[in-house]
Amino acid sequence: MNFDQRGKLVRAPEHFLNHEDIAAVQAGRRDFLRGAMLAAAGASAAMAGTRALAEDGDPEILNLPPWSKTLGKPVASNPYGQPSKYETNLLRRESPGLTRVSAASVAFAPLQGLFGIITPSGLHFERHHQGWQDVDPKRHRFMINGLVKTPKVYTMDDLMRLPSVSRIHFIECGANTGMEWGNVAVPTVQYTHGMLSCSEFTGVPLRLLLEDCGYDKLHGKYVLAEGADGSSMTRTISMERALDDVLVAYGQNGEMLRPENGYPLRLVVPGVQGVSWVKWLRRIKVGDMPFATKDESVHYIDLIPGGQHRQYTSVQEAKSVITSPSGGQALVGKGFYNITGLAWSGRGKVRRVDVSTDGGRNWRTARLETPVLTKALTRFNLDWVWDGSPALLQSRVIDETGFVQPTIVQLRAMRGKKSIYHNNAIQTWAVAASGEVSNVQLG
Amino acid sequence: MSNWGKVAAGAALIAVMAVPVLGYDGIGRPATPAEINAWNIDVRPDFQGLPKGTGSVAQGQAIWDNKCASCHGTFGESNEVFTPLAGGTTKDDQRTGHVAALAGNNVPQRTTLMKLSTVSTLWDYIHRAMPWNAPKSLSVNDTYAVTAYVLNLNDVVPDNFVLDQDSIRAVQAKMPNRNGMTQAHGLWLTSGKGDTHNVACMKGCPAVLTISSQLPDYARNASGNLMEQNRSFGPVRGVNTAVATAAPAPAPVVATVPSAKALAESSNCLACHGVDTKIVGPAFRDVAKRYAGKPEMAASLAAKVRAGGQGAWGSIPMPPQDQVTPEQAKTLVDWVLAGAQ
Repeated sequence: MNFDQRGKLVRAPEHFLNHEDIAAVQAGRRDFLRGAMLAAAGASAAMAGTRALAEDGDPEILNLPPWSKTLGKPVASNPYGQPSKYETNLLRRESPGLTRVSAASVAFAPLQGLFGIITPSGLHFERHHQGWQDVDPKRHRFMINGLVKTPKVYTMDDLMRLPSVSRIHFIECGANTGMEWGNVAVPTVQYTHGMLSCSEFTGVPLRLLLEDCGYDKLHGKYVLAEGADGSSMTRTISMERALDDVLVAYGQNGEMLRPENGYPLRLVVPGVQGVSWVKWLRRIKVGDMPFATKDESVHYIDLIPGGQHRQYTSVQEAKSVITSPSGGQALVGKGFYNITGLAWSGRGKVRRVDVSTDGGRNWRTARLETPVLTKALTRFNLDWVWDGSPALLQSRVIDETGFVQPTIVQLRAMRGKKSIYHNNAIQTWAVAASGEVSNVQLG
Repeated sequence: MSNWGKVAAGAALIAVMAVPVLGYDGIGRPATPAEINAWNIDVRPDFQGLPKGTGSVAQGQAIWDNKCASCHGTFGESNEVFTPLAGGTTKDDQRTGHVAALAGNNVPQRTTLMKLSTVSTLWDYIHRAMPWNAPKSLSVNDTYAVTAYVLNLNDVVPDNFVLDQDSIRAVQAKMPNRNGMTQAHGLWLTSGKGDTHNVACMKGCPAVLTISSQLPDYARNASGNLMEQNRSFGPVRGVNTAVATAAPAPAPVVATVPSAKALAESSNCLACHGVDTKIVGPAFRDVAKRYAGKPEMAASLAAKVRAGGQGAWGSIPMPPQDQVTPEQAKTLVDWVLAGAQ
């Protein structure tokens, strides 16, 4: 390991001071100690990279930093606030080699460093089928047609005048963890699980709009949602879902949706895979049969052994993952750690999360942090003291229907290895004696 | 007057004419027939929504060569930009409506026509979203023609076929995977039931502790340097995967001069090039094969690494790699040409 562990008081290696150094101490020069210690540390494999300290304390305490001794910047110098200049590593990223063109690709959210349950809007994962657009809200129109008494057109003015609700929900791509169906393919939780985000969405219940147009309650069994972008993405949603908790949303985390997330209007279909949350939403059509669009007939269909494809697979079943420590990270030393992760279910609330550090042999129940909301990410935490020996970390969620998250072996027994979609298997992270954590599969 | 102007003018007119008695006074307005017509483009499996029109395989081929082949290949076979459209089905599949190659579950690529069960989907998607960089630019007749050509690529229709709103119905009865979909699963509705049945054992559970899969060492840096994808403070650090060896435990045998292979890893070459397999760019072994016995090419290839290029291996450009020095580029090229060991 090669860690910078500033701030830790580290015992000096014996005999690391030569006679000149000792003389310098006697002469009252203290600051050399840091340099001498560094040289000693550099020379010692055990100490490699450890930033040691003067014996009288931490120079970061002893010498006041500039921000304690200068005037800070005025208000509104950043009218739209940005993260600290030190926060440059946690970015949404593409997985090299996954797709060939970045306009029909995925950028994964950096789950390994996020806290709580809300995904910062700028780090929300991206999946576009034909690139993203920044749609002019004044020119955007939303239409409802098909089996309705009055086909109607709404402007953003119209929609934002209607009664609104705000709900916190997760969105997960149906292909999240899809690269791992056959074998371990990517190193970190960003790439294994990063097609997952959670936001507070604000908008109008679709039910209200369907009723406003007088939808056909007898024959209207399905709705088609359609985007205004080049791909004009379309997906079928059952009327049961459409009338339940689906939102025609314009707000995300207190502001308007981000363009990459469908500005100014997107569908929010809680518990259902992201592809149904049509972005840049321009139309809802009521019909009496599913529409068999491209993204429910060629893609987002689940191949099962025997050669059939499951069509209209939509619900994201219960799933959880430890986000830290996780693949590609390394523990900074033995001792106490907070195992933290996320759990969610497309069928309702998370009831319980168990964590194992021995590959699933023994489990302890983790703390669920509030809020625990339906079809939303739920944060779990568990105390852990790492004794320096190898460990296999797993989390396992049980949702309010009693469904227990499956192992990859159980999933493959039902669906083979070629499904691509809806892999909700228990994730294993192997901790090596070195502290390095890596993605592994057991079985 | 622009189209948008016309819509606005029409809207103003209707607002005056029709005031429907609805719950939310003053919100929204009835859509005009022309507006519905402009957006109501979906075509269902029963062909509701399919406009009248006609197009032949031959006409489709002409459009294809001009607007589609650059991404999909002349015969819809290309795997370069998108997954292949054509191939993988047989005459027998047309008879059974099940693509037999899917049952084996061992085909390297599932093509579009292997999976597609409804021909309406093909027509709808081409019409709404193709060509990729100019969606919605194909006319109705163009769409019929391109659809006919794609079907012809898999021998679903003969070379002299003309597709129209009537003949498309007979085509549906020949779609190779028309019986290949099932909705018998628990993932359609929220109230559905899952197909796995794990139990929440807590102590001394039967667990398999054998590691069956992990990333090979050569792929450590394939997703970029993980050190740079984590904070430099907090409970953990990202692992520095740009260095060839990871764990500090192994004795310092290889830890001295970074090998050419390590350089290829740390320079991200392996993100796009496999040693033996094509990823986005060609496999290194294929490059070595092409330039075998031509050592004079090394210098120009090294320059190309730094400057980027396009065309020698297909249409996907290689971006400039100016993070590598000219010396490093030469090291890399020599290593590739020597077989990338």
